[in-house]
Amino acid sequence: MSEVVKKFMYLNRKAPYGTIYAWEALEVVLIGAAFDQDVSVVFIDDGVYQLTKGQDTKGIGMKNFSPTYRTLGDYEVKKIYVDRASLEARGLSQDDLVEVAWEDFETEEEIDNIVEVIDSARVSELMNESDVIFSF
Amino acid sequence: MSDTIEVDGKQLAVDEEGYLANLNDWVPGVANVMAEQDNLELTDEHWDIINFLREYYEEYQIAPAVRVLTKAVGKKLGKEKGNSKYLYSLFPYGPAKQACRFAGLPKPTGCV
Repeated sequence: MSEVVKKFMYLNRKAPYGTIYAWEALEVVLIGAAFDQDVSVVFIDDGVYQLTKGQDTKGIGMKNFSPTYRTLGDYEVKKIYVDRASLEARGLSQDDLVEVAWEDFETEEEIDNIVEVIDSARVSELMNESDVIFSF
Repeated sequence: MSDTIEVDGKQLAVDEEGYLANLNDWVPGVANVMAEQDNLELTDEHWDIINFLREYYEEYQIAPAVRVLTKAVGKKLGKEKGNSKYLYSLFPYGPAKQACRFAGLPKPTGCV
């Protein structure tokens, strides 16, 4: 890889439906993946709902894009973090969240699930280490 | 490009770039009609990719960007097929764009 690699953080704070933020953020991540940067995607506050399993959007007439999060690994996003306190405040745990697999096609290194639940202190640290933060 | 294409005697709506307006309108004949418009004859190899894309969309609700498609095809259909040279030989207008159109999917996300 040439040029400067920057640390990009995409911060997701809103529920998946009701506003366009969650879907727009996901599209930006997928499009931005073409630029070979060091990307992390963080889910915090109501944003943790974006990763929940078993979403059904029939009643609200919107496309259910939750399966799309599972492609993040294909788009070479390797770091997905969920704020533990936000999960707990909503009565959720890692078991309620989708799993995102990651695989390096050349080395065949595989990780079954790259979604990592972390403490708020670690979230702050990661924010500090980032060069660019996109907040949605 | 007209706003509809005729497939099996039915008029199906397409957008200004020729992508099917309604995903659910898709029948295999759509790919045949679109291929004919592009002067392309579909072989089993084309169908492998078209079917692969439809499965990918079914699972992830998204049409993959070309580099993701390339890798995923390599994994599913064999390394010798997971390269852009092979895919471009099948779909000269771009494997993601053209094959997604034939498959009745929207234009791929991340396709600029």
